[in-house]
Amino acid sequence: MLVLKKFAKDKPAVLGLIIVLIVIFVAIFAPLLAPYPGDVSASHLLRRLKPPTWAYPFGSDNLGRDIFSRVILGTRGALMIATTVVGLAMVIGVPLGLLGGYYIGWGSEFIMRVTDMFLAVPQLILALALAQLMTPSIESAMLALTLTYWPFFTRIVYAETRRLKNALFIDALQCMGASVPRILFLHILPNCISSIIVRATIGMGFTILMAAVLGFLGMGATPPDPDWGLAISESRQYLPDSWWFATFPGLAIFFTVLGFNMLGDGLRDIVDPRLRRSR
Amino acid sequence: MLRFILRRVLLAIPSLFGLLVLTFFLVRVVPADPATALAGENATPAQIAAIRHEYGFDQPLYKQFVVYLGQVARFDFGESAYSRRPVSLDIKQRLPATLELTITSLLLGTFLGIPLGTIAAVYHNRWPDITLRILSVAGVAIAAFWFAIELQLLFSMELDWLPLRGRLSSSMDAPPLVTGFMLIDSLLAGRWDAFTDTLHHLILPAMTLSLGGLATIARFTRAGVLETLQRDFVTYARAQGVPSRVLIWKYVLKNSIVAALTQIGLLFGGLIAGAVVVETIFDWPGIGFYTVQAILTADYKVILGVTVVIGVIYAAVNILVDLIHGLVDPRLREQL
Repeated sequence: MLVLKKFAKDKPAVLGLIIVLIVIFVAIFAPLLAPYPGDVSASHLLRRLKPPTWAYPFGSDNLGRDIFSRVILGTRGALMIATTVVGLAMVIGVPLGLLGGYYIGWGSEFIMRVTDMFLAVPQLILALALAQLMTPSIESAMLALTLTYWPFFTRIVYAETRRLKNALFIDALQCMGASVPRILFLHILPNCISSIIVRATIGMGFTILMAAVLGFLGMGATPPDPDWGLAISESRQYLPDSWWFATFPGLAIFFTVLGFNMLGDGLRDIVDPRLRRSR
Repeated sequence: MLRFILRRVLLAIPSLFGLLVLTFFLVRVVPADPATALAGENATPAQIAAIRHEYGFDQPLYKQFVVYLGQVARFDFGESAYSRRPVSLDIKQRLPATLELTITSLLLGTFLGIPLGTIAAVYHNRWPDITLRILSVAGVAIAAFWFAIELQLLFSMELDWLPLRGRLSSSMDAPPLVTGFMLIDSLLAGRWDAFTDTLHHLILPAMTLSLGGLATIARFTRAGVLETLQRDFVTYARAQGVPSRVLIWKYVLKNSIVAALTQIGLLFGGLIAGAVVVETIFDWPGIGFYTVQAILTADYKVILGVTVVIGVIYAAVNILVDLIHGLVDPRLREQL
């Protein structure tokens, strides 16, 4: 309860939570909320590149599709990519961090060196290179992002496990003959969960940005997907006349990422006020 | 101190070696048949075999890796399949452009971020602070490629104040190449017109690239100053009647800058990655733009070369940050 009170006092965090909830709501009910749900793949060449009006609040794109509808429908893709990437990265990264932190020896050393190796290259460049190796599609973009994001979870869980390993309650468990998986997953993992949640929230925002970059560079979503990054990339030939074409999908990315970041910052302040580094 | 430096540098070697293994695996092992991919769609089996032999793909993997290590050590990454020029030459020519852009962004972020963060801390929880907090969260949430396009829309296309792309106007002769840094070269040649033209071209890309760094530096400065303001020596100085302006900009800032300085080092790596996007949008002839082109055309020697160079820069900057940290705080030297 104390935690909830502390959270409620943190206005940016509450605002972040509200934005995230709105985004999730929009994603779930996208086909009902979008005025023209058929505009994912339809084309209406007669009304292409029209500026915003009441009927088409964000204007229309190069194929005459309603940008407002496409921004709404794009929410689904963005959230789907982010949850898949962060979820998979967690599934890979967390157990490796637990193992690496609990055992001492060449196995653990190996895990941490591999982690360092992945962290030694900027994420974006690694993701681009990986995405290119597979044929460009949403699936390969997701896989590439997962492969670049898991080391962050490993690092956090590793540090926490190292710290907890020498705690008295772990000694007690070892004496009672608890199995290693039991100690790791039932006793150490629950103690790491708050840092994992914080990292996952910030990771959601980060992944949405990265996926947009991949879409923009033509290595993520493929047409006619209503992907935000892809839409901005398509809009570039029609600038400056069709300013709305680039502007509104970009705003959608901005608000979604802003929501996750503010929520993540707020959660982090609750979990550990001294940890200030974000990504 | 010497021991600290040595140990820190030695610690970087395994991760750099790992980077080499990773890049090697990515490009030569993961694709089922790199030779077929390189030869293109309409290649005959004989052409594929020729390429396989030329690139050494018919050798055992460990031999290929040893050859690869030797090449990297000699800074020889082979020839770009696309431009038919040595990759190391391309990198040498393009790196200064990227460094000029990233260093300008870093300076922009530092010299704006530190004062802004300090002002926010002094006006803690009043409107300058709240505005800055909102802006700094917003700064890291904006997609750089979108922000760049919006800047182009406003300042180049609509208002026509700044150039849309490139590093120098096409009507302008480039100053003689000395350092590769266009700003320095034009000054050395006494070409004032080229200097201002380069500066104009630099503004929008540097603004885009500095955004995230500016936000981070401002946040860390704010946090540091807030912490220092609580300390006893500040109260003492106040009681002594030290003017507020001197107290804050001299005593407090000096004591609270360390965390922000560390961030500046860490940011540099991120800036190099950010340059990939920014250079693509502004047609900036640096290694970021080069990387994207290489990735899009599957020019694998270029991808290898660029990844290695960026990885080395990344590692070097991180070592430098740790060393500065060790200089500032002797306790950290013991931990390593």
